[in-house]
Amino acid sequence: MKFGIVTFPGSNSDYDAYHAVVDGIGEEAIYLWHKDHDLQGSDVIILPGGFSYGDYLRAGAIARFSPIMHEVAAHAAKGGPVVGFCNGFQILCEAGLLPGVLLRNASLKFVSQWVKLRVENNDTLFTNAYEKDSIITIPVAHGDGRYTADDETLDRLEGEGQVVFRYVSSPGDADEWWNPNGSMRAIAGIINDQGNVLGMMPHPERAFDPLIGPPHGLGVFKSMLAAVRA
Amino acid sequence: MSRFRVAVHIVPRRGILDPQGKAVADALHTLGFNGVKDCHVGRHIVLDVDAADAKSADSNVRAMCQKLLANPITEDFEIASVNGL
Repeated sequence: MKFGIVTFPGSNSDYDAYHAVVDGIGEEAIYLWHKDHDLQGSDVIILPGGFSYGDYLRAGAIARFSPIMHEVAAHAAKGGPVVGFCNGFQILCEAGLLPGVLLRNASLKFVSQWVKLRVENNDTLFTNAYEKDSIITIPVAHGDGRYTADDETLDRLEGEGQVVFRYVSSPGDADEWWNPNGSMRAIAGIINDQGNVLGMMPHPERAFDPLIGPPHGLGVFKSMLAAVRA
Repeated sequence: MSRFRVAVHIVPRRGILDPQGKAVADALHTLGFNGVKDCHVGRHIVLDVDAADAKSADSNVRAMCQKLLANPITEDFEIASVNGL
């Protein structure tokens, strides 16, 4: 299976994503330059973390106009899996491939820490390797991660099972919402209506090697593998 | 075709948490400006554009705001001025 990782000017997690695909699940990964128009036969597209275009104007606002985003949108429209981690999530929202927007953290501080997430829906392309309601530990590193949308959108996301990851305080206290950036309803990750586009602020691609922490991010990659191969 | 300088104000929509505005208001209170009741921090963008007349310069910039300069989900914009150059 082939993962295409888009490199924008200012991407910094593209190597992490490559490492996770190649060394984490032993699959093929290639870098796609943002000015290209060819996905080179990629089965899954990853929009990596970073600070594309220096976060000028708004995070992700300019990257969405990169030439390759035409092909990424077409791939998504055909049902192809697309994932955005951190800055990738911001780009997907700006591109209208996911609803809502990510605003400056409520604390106004950049947060870089391991956080706990609850898997709210494990019946998706991206989370089928997890147990439902399991608590996983994944790092975040962002300044603009406050998920914001109107109430109608939030209710729809909740009702349709499109909220897939939520920030929680601890395994023993999973009902208490807690989040590092002030996201509405403590939302950490969502999927689109069709279920083939995932955006999440945490970095699963930085959580697959037991050497540096719990390898809980691997599940996102294994889930895609299982779903696309099935 | 004439050239116009168009200024746009973009501000976070009222009702959406604006931590930056709140931090600035708190700082102003610390300085003794207790009359400050609310504060919102946005962007001010100045564009020089060629257009047939002031009206079309205005509508061009409005379209730019809707497509890129402002995020319609969380921000409001207003054309602050259109001046011939």
